[in-house]
Amino acid sequence: MQDLVVHVLSDPAYVLKLRSGDWELLLRQARHAALMGRVASIVARSNAMDDAPETAQRHLKGALVLAEAHRREAMREVAYLREALCGNGCPIVLLKGAAYAAASLPPAEGRTFSDTDILVPRSALAAVESRLAQKGWASTHLDPYDQRYYREWMHELPPMEHIRRRTVVDVHHNIAPPVSRLKIDAGLLIDNACAVPSMPGVSVLAPEDMVLHAMVHLFQNEDTSRALRDLSDIDLLLRHFASKGSFWSALIQRAQELHLSRVLHYGLRFAHEVFSTPIDAKTLELAGRAAAPWPLDGWMHRLWRHALSSQHPDVMTPQAHTALVLLFLRGHWLRMPPPMLARHLLHKGLVHWRDRNKAA
Amino acid sequence: LKRVADLPPRLLQDLLAGPGLRVRTGPVVMSIRSSVPEVISGVALLYAEHPCAADDEMADFHVGVSRTGGWRRWVGSQVSFVLDGTRPFNALPGNQGFPLLEWGMNWCISGLAPQYLTLHAAVLERHGRALLLPAPSGSGKSTLCAALMNRGWRLLSDELAVVDPSTAKVLPIPRPVSLKNASIGLIRQFAPDTVFGRTVTETLKGDVAHIKPPAEAVRRADEAASPGWVVIPRFERGAPAQLSPMGKCDALMRLIENAFNYNIHGRAGFEALARIVESSNCHVLTYDALDDGVQCLERLSAGACATAHEV
Repeated sequence: MQDLVVHVLSDPAYVLKLRSGDWELLLRQARHAALMGRVASIVARSNAMDDAPETAQRHLKGALVLAEAHRREAMREVAYLREALCGNGCPIVLLKGAAYAAASLPPAEGRTFSDTDILVPRSALAAVESRLAQKGWASTHLDPYDQRYYREWMHELPPMEHIRRRTVVDVHHNIAPPVSRLKIDAGLLIDNACAVPSMPGVSVLAPEDMVLHAMVHLFQNEDTSRALRDLSDIDLLLRHFASKGSFWSALIQRAQELHLSRVLHYGLRFAHEVFSTPIDAKTLELAGRAAAPWPLDGWMHRLWRHALSSQHPDVMTPQAHTALVLLFLRGHWLRMPPPMLARHLLHKGLVHWRDRNKAA
Repeated sequence: LKRVADLPPRLLQDLLAGPGLRVRTGPVVMSIRSSVPEVISGVALLYAEHPCAADDEMADFHVGVSRTGGWRRWVGSQVSFVLDGTRPFNALPGNQGFPLLEWGMNWCISGLAPQYLTLHAAVLERHGRALLLPAPSGSGKSTLCAALMNRGWRLLSDELAVVDPSTAKVLPIPRPVSLKNASIGLIRQFAPDTVFGRTVTETLKGDVAHIKPPAEAVRRADEAASPGWVVIPRFERGAPAQLSPMGKCDALMRLIENAFNYNIHGRAGFEALARIVESSNCHVLTYDALDDGVQCLERLSAGACATAHEV
């Protein structure tokens, strides 16, 4: 079975070639991969809406309504966060979806957002947390173990939920857990961040850092269910930023400074392979020097190619299921050192077992 | 178009077990898969009048109920709702397959169809106008709905008002009506001809039974209705049945409170709901005896309810 959603994302003109029977599978795959809104915006931009069966049109137009609502809500949250923090001398750096929307970048189009992610200096965490608390955001995950998990081991505070709006903000002080294999100097990211002109106090990561963060998010994550969506974000960012002549060399150099060269290798290689992102051979070759030694690089390639699909049941083979399990284990492996991981999994396992028995 | 009842039982079973039975309910085509016996018999009985979708028609949702595998099967079987390969809810005890399918399909329509503005409400039609009974679960709207169906009102839905935001009309989505606990006996008495599915005991909502939607309601599933009445049902023990007029703003707020996805429709959503209350007579119905409550609504629809006046 073909992965139609991959075809459509890598070649928007493909929507004009779809036969009427293809739309159902396209939409099923798009929904499964959380890419319905992105497919809808491609169909709308390619003037292919009228070619789609009526049912498909309704879902696609609905997806556009939903994406626009998400964008609107994300921007409203950013305004609330600005009001709570920026006026009080706590500048913030927006990450991921909120950043794409605030800076009007291509991945914002047709995208759905969940939580708002912000980055602040570690030294400002306490002040940010108390100001958010004053404005109605309350910490979640109140279990002492979870609190400690976030505060001591992770790169973010426990998610904070607004008591009235029920919206959630994730306050990060880094883009990878301090206990993970990646040692990233978050100060470098904050120093280089670009102000959003219409929103004093609000910045987004510099282009190279934004791309690298998207790649860290994708390739260090144990949950691969949104992998294709995340790679599509990367593809759109790369195509957008590539218009600046020096972008590729700056990207390679920045990855070296942040010790993210291998993540960059994965990101460029898979964007190029899956979505045909136009990346010149020299850049791919330079990035490829950070590849894992043989045979690890080949194994990783096979695993990720399985994950970077719509993961719709029709395209999932037994090998693909195994690959997802292995990537899940890998994500945990990268997240923290083995003894810590063993303790964490034991604790989570016991809690899960206790809750199940309580419910039963 | 073929109805589900026209399919030979063997074919129905094969479709449910294999490629999926494609059933049209109003604007939505569901492709249903299941090999669970209670689900097969429930679909055969309660969807008998529903048309099968044409072969080239696309399905909106691919849903199913499957038995969970693994060691669980040896200690007590469980069933899961499946949406296109994902299992969005926890598994339930093995006898709850059919109600689980219904809850799952409601969830698809209320949560995964942003093209519509969906409200938690029972909707029926008489004289070309729709009566909306917006209320959360457990307020007796399904009971009233089942009773009104029996008195000649056309069923649009017992659970979901599917509103087209551009026209503010309600789209019918006639499906089995879900009754709980005491309502089951009440409706058996009130409308002895009603076709009941199997009563499933000890669900999260207590005992649940589904009743078959009238053939006429299913046949007229493509006739949208303009709202004529918004009535908030309020079951109160010992209270005499009474309709009290409600202000348009209050009614609008009640619609918003009972909407599943009002927030995503922005201005268009507000305008659609405002149009609904503007064109409707809005009331609160307090009742205890089902018969009296139904009579109040009958009088209201005939334009003769003593207490009804425009606010």
